[in-house]
Amino acid sequence: MNLLEARGITKRFGARTVLDGVDLLVRERETVVIIGASGSGKTTLLRCLNRLETPDAGSTRIADVTLGQRSDGRAADERELARQRTLFGFVFQRFNLFPHLTALRNVALGPRRVLGVTPREAERRAAVELTRLGLADHLHKRPSQLSGGQQQRVAIARALAMDPRVMLFDEPTSALDPELVQEVLDAMRQLASEGMTMVVVTHEMRFARHAADRVLFMADGRIVEEGPPAGLFSAPRDARLQRFLRHLEPAS
Amino acid sequence: MIFDWNVVTYAAPLLAHGVVMTLQVSAVAAVLALMIGIAAGLASLSSSRVLRGVIRVYVEFVRGTPLLIQIFLVFFALPVLGVRFSEFWAGVVALAFNAGAYIAEVVRGTVGAVEKGQSEAAMSIGMTRHGALIWVLLPQAWRPMIPALTNDLITLTKNSSLLSVISVYELTRAGQAIIATHFAPFEIYLLLALYYWALISALAWASRRIERALPQW
Ligand SMILES: Nc1ncnc2c1ncn2[C@@H]1O[C@H](COP(=O)(O)OP(=O)(O)O)[C@@H](O)[C@H]1O
Ligand SMILES: [Mg+2]
Repeated sequence: MNLLEARGITKRFGARTVLDGVDLLVRERETVVIIGASGSGKTTLLRCLNRLETPDAGSTRIADVTLGQRSDGRAADERELARQRTLFGFVFQRFNLFPHLTALRNVALGPRRVLGVTPREAERRAAVELTRLGLADHLHKRPSQLSGGQQQRVAIARALAMDPRVMLFDEPTSALDPELVQEVLDAMRQLASEGMTMVVVTHEMRFARHAADRVLFMADGRIVEEGPPAGLFSAPRDARLQRFLRHLEPAS
Repeated sequence: MIFDWNVVTYAAPLLAHGVVMTLQVSAVAAVLALMIGIAAGLASLSSSRVLRGVIRVYVEFVRGTPLLIQIFLVFFALPVLGVRFSEFWAGVVALAFNAGAYIAEVVRGTVGAVEKGQSEAAMSIGMTRHGALIWVLLPQAWRPMIPALTNDLITLTKNSSLLSVISVYELTRAGQAIIATHFAPFEIYLLLALYYWALISALAWASRRIERALPQW
């Protein structure tokens, strides 16, 4: 049974088709890693899933909700769509933390202002999530006082505090100094092992190899090859994937 | 010409009454203008086209017409429609209506300039566009907003002198009354200028204090 079913996701920017009828099915507790060259449409796909971007065609069903649709089949209004978006957690490449708020407030803001829980309860939840991510000593620091790796973990906690069904990660470590990458990947692996359903765009092939149940390779707005990491990495069929992996080899 | 110190010592305390009224009318108008301006500025960033259109017309109207005419409209024209204010409140409404439009532009500019990733992050945790504006973007815009807001409030305070034409007994009106009886325009207008200058300097000083007190990150 799929927890997430995106079908025929199509997105054009002007005359350019950036996503060309992408299907993405993800089972509960599965970790799917998406790889592909820069510009192949990975970010746009994630953004179409949680509707930060409105796809031109295609549908996304998560749990039993069809995004942009109410349960009676009519179009969802903005408030309803915003609520549906919380079924996804989203982790941005550049963290996008709220710079004026402490780590605790960053994480508590969603529960407080979207779920409407009391300030005390929101902060309690935030503290729990931050502690889970090893940030108990940094609750009252602003993002500018934290390292990149810590900031990204705060961002993960912020997403988790909304209790999402599926976590989307858009190159969560590519803005980090190399020595800070591992702490974020470790946090993600822990999350996966706890049963979170995750879709991860990344260039970290070691992570893909060890944490992914399935790897998808995107090129020119389509998923052109997919499979378990062992097979996909050792015996790539698509020529573009072969080239992509060859270019990565020295780096990883 | 002989500078008449006597009229100055006579006028200075009398003008203090005018200062109090100038402060009152300006302070009340400033509070109202800030409320109008922030609401209108946020509305002009909202997803509603109708709302954005209404704000556009409001701002264009204020920018495209003299303040004096706006004051007359509130004091002389609105009563024809059955909306009647005292001199004081007509003055407050006119000044606030005027400054609100400029403040709306400041709010639109600074809030709109907050990096796009911030509203996306807000939306990613389930906020609507409006929620993002209020809970994420506006709080980040306060500090950069202060210098421009200060300018608008200084202008508002200076503009309050125009309310003398609808007989609000503020600083300028008080000065004119003394000139009418003592005929010392040189001394009194100079004194008025000094009073305004002191008021505005105090305002600018307070604004710098506030700006420094606001947190940065
Ligand atoms: N908002 C946008 N407007 C126009 N073109 C865009 C926009 N976002 C992405 N693109 C284009 O879509 C293509 C895919 O982008 P993206 O999804 O970011 O790829 P990836 O994440 O795989 O690097 C790129 O060519 C990019 O320039
Ligand atoms: Mg990308």
